[in-house]
Amino acid sequence: MVLQRFVRGLLFLSFSLLILIPNAPLKAAGGIAVPSQEWSFSGVFGTFDRGELQRGFQVYKEVCAGCHSLNYISFRNLADLGFNDEEIKVIAKEYEVEDGPNNDGEMFTRSAIPSDTWPAPYPNDNAARSGNNGALPPDLSLMVDARVGGADYLYALLSGYHDAPEGQEVADGMYYNAYYPGHQIAMPSPLSDDGVEYSDGTAATINQQARDVSAFLAWATEPNMEQRKRMGVMVLIFLTAMTGLFYVSKRKIWADVH
Amino acid sequence: MSEPKFNNSLIRWIDHRLPIFTFMHHEMHEYPTPKNLNYWWNFGSLAGIVLVIMIMSGIVLAMHYTAHVDHAFQSVERIMRDVNYGWLVRYIHANGASFFFIVVYIHIFRGLYYGSYKAPRELLWMLGVVILILMMATAFMGYVLPWGQMSFWGATVITNLFSAIPLVGESIVTLLWGGFSVDNPTLNRFYALHYLLPFVIVGVVVLHIVALHRFGSNNPLGIDVRGNQDTISFHPYYTVKDAFGLGVFLILLSAVVFFLPNSMGHPDNYIPANPMVTPAHIVPEWYFLPFYAILRAIPDKLFGVLAMFAAIGVLFILPWLDRSPVRSATFRPIYKVMFWVFLFDCVALTWLGAKPAEGIYVILSRLFTAYYFFHFLILLPALSIFETPRSLPKSIGKPVLGGGGAAMAAAPAAPRERS
Repeated sequence: MVLQRFVRGLLFLSFSLLILIPNAPLKAAGGIAVPSQEWSFSGVFGTFDRGELQRGFQVYKEVCAGCHSLNYISFRNLADLGFNDEEIKVIAKEYEVEDGPNNDGEMFTRSAIPSDTWPAPYPNDNAARSGNNGALPPDLSLMVDARVGGADYLYALLSGYHDAPEGQEVADGMYYNAYYPGHQIAMPSPLSDDGVEYSDGTAATINQQARDVSAFLAWATEPNMEQRKRMGVMVLIFLTAMTGLFYVSKRKIWADVH
Repeated sequence: MSEPKFNNSLIRWIDHRLPIFTFMHHEMHEYPTPKNLNYWWNFGSLAGIVLVIMIMSGIVLAMHYTAHVDHAFQSVERIMRDVNYGWLVRYIHANGASFFFIVVYIHIFRGLYYGSYKAPRELLWMLGVVILILMMATAFMGYVLPWGQMSFWGATVITNLFSAIPLVGESIVTLLWGGFSVDNPTLNRFYALHYLLPFVIVGVVVLHIVALHRFGSNNPLGIDVRGNQDTISFHPYYTVKDAFGLGVFLILLSAVVFFLPNSMGHPDNYIPANPMVTPAHIVPEWYFLPFYAILRAIPDKLFGVLAMFAAIGVLFILPWLDRSPVRSATFRPIYKVMFWVFLFDCVALTWLGAKPAEGIYVILSRLFTAYYFFHFLILLPALSIFETPRSLPKSIGKPVLGGGGAAMAAAPAAPRERS
């Protein structure tokens, strides 16, 4: 039965490959390897680092929000980042949103309140394209789940602006990026050293900002992640105990069969 | 088979007029089951439980979902973020679909290995193939509902396949779309059908179980049950065994739901559908990949579509392709090896379905597709003639000693008596 053992080995190998391939997000779109980073939120017990999220929020607010919407996040969600109700109200007040119609049938603007979603920088996609040389800045609410490589990819992209290597043509209005599929991206390098001033004293290097905003977008993609993992640990403990009881019962009940 | 005695007088009163308790006692408690079933036999009842999990989580999702191209994506995100435990229900439903196919594929390969499709269980097997087809239709339409990029483009590619049918193809596609492109009417009808089909599946599952209980389960030896010494009652023996299997299954499902919830999905489906932007690679869900590989292996569109449907259709006539009187591969030395080769072929096709249709992958897809049909259409009929099976044990109860007596061995494979 050498043949059979060989076939089984082959089968086992191919199954393992099938399982391993999707779990190796090292190759993003375009086949470019993305280096993996250490994140506080990865792993079974991973949680978000509130300081990192608040810094990332500041980068989004002061840099990204100029072009990119964050449609699925409301001001009230900022409570997850460690802001209290008063702080959230103050942040919301900085923004004007359109509301209405009022009793006269007129639309009006008012200060934002915590239940409002984050105001988009452009009224529609055409306005966004028109303001960005024809390119559409995507909504950032789901970026980490919507890109192969997730937060690793976002970090690599934001810190991956270099001069184009010899022989690489870069079209007009495009910028060279080491990690963007095709290496030509319409977004100019958004981050610069000390482009923001962190209130906690962290040095605002490009890499630091890229890291913080990637973590912030990981939170924005899945604000319930901590709850999910916490519950998962408890569910697995419960199920393991339950399955153990079933196994013991099975052994006992079947003891007289064989 | 004895009449069950119920102690509760109300139950006796009801059962006398509506013998539902007697029915349940016979079919779920007393139901004689071969005592040598191994853990591969867990996957049938497990599939039934997963179906219930899918329907329950699906109904909750339907309460919050909006079937409109302008709101579908947003409503799913609303479920993920603002509905209490909506993320949990959606992750259970999305990953549950993948696990449903894992369970059902194992169930099918168990049937292939132990010859469970052979007489007198041909209709049982064919009903199972009907369930598989209904599951595929349901899963495909369910994947369209979030209205992400893969939803939209998957729907476009798959519905376009029907245009290959001569004469009526274009009309069928228009009917599926409810218009002239994948749009809001498509989403609406897919949602209606996605809600309907699971209940059709429940109906066919009932028939599947009725057919199963006619002759009872096949078993690893593949020989008929000779009498009471070969069987044990379903409860408590197999209920507790199935409960243990369910526990292991739930651990695996939970591990994915809670810690890798998006590992079996495609990142592009977190991008809202955009008819103006085609994704670089349109890949169906993993459970369709072997059939997708077969589709792409054939250069002609019509014959590609035919081959893809034939790959499932051939399962319907399997009981008549494999004429070997021996069921279990344990006693079929050549088939046993060819079973593993065939399983490898299916895994290879799954892998190839995820690869771009270019270069070496096309050649490999064609080879493995050819082998897929060779296995069913040539190898199995030929093996029925040329293979010499090993000698079968006399009975399940005493497989080694070969006891049981001449009278028992000569007993015909009668359907189990009903009382």
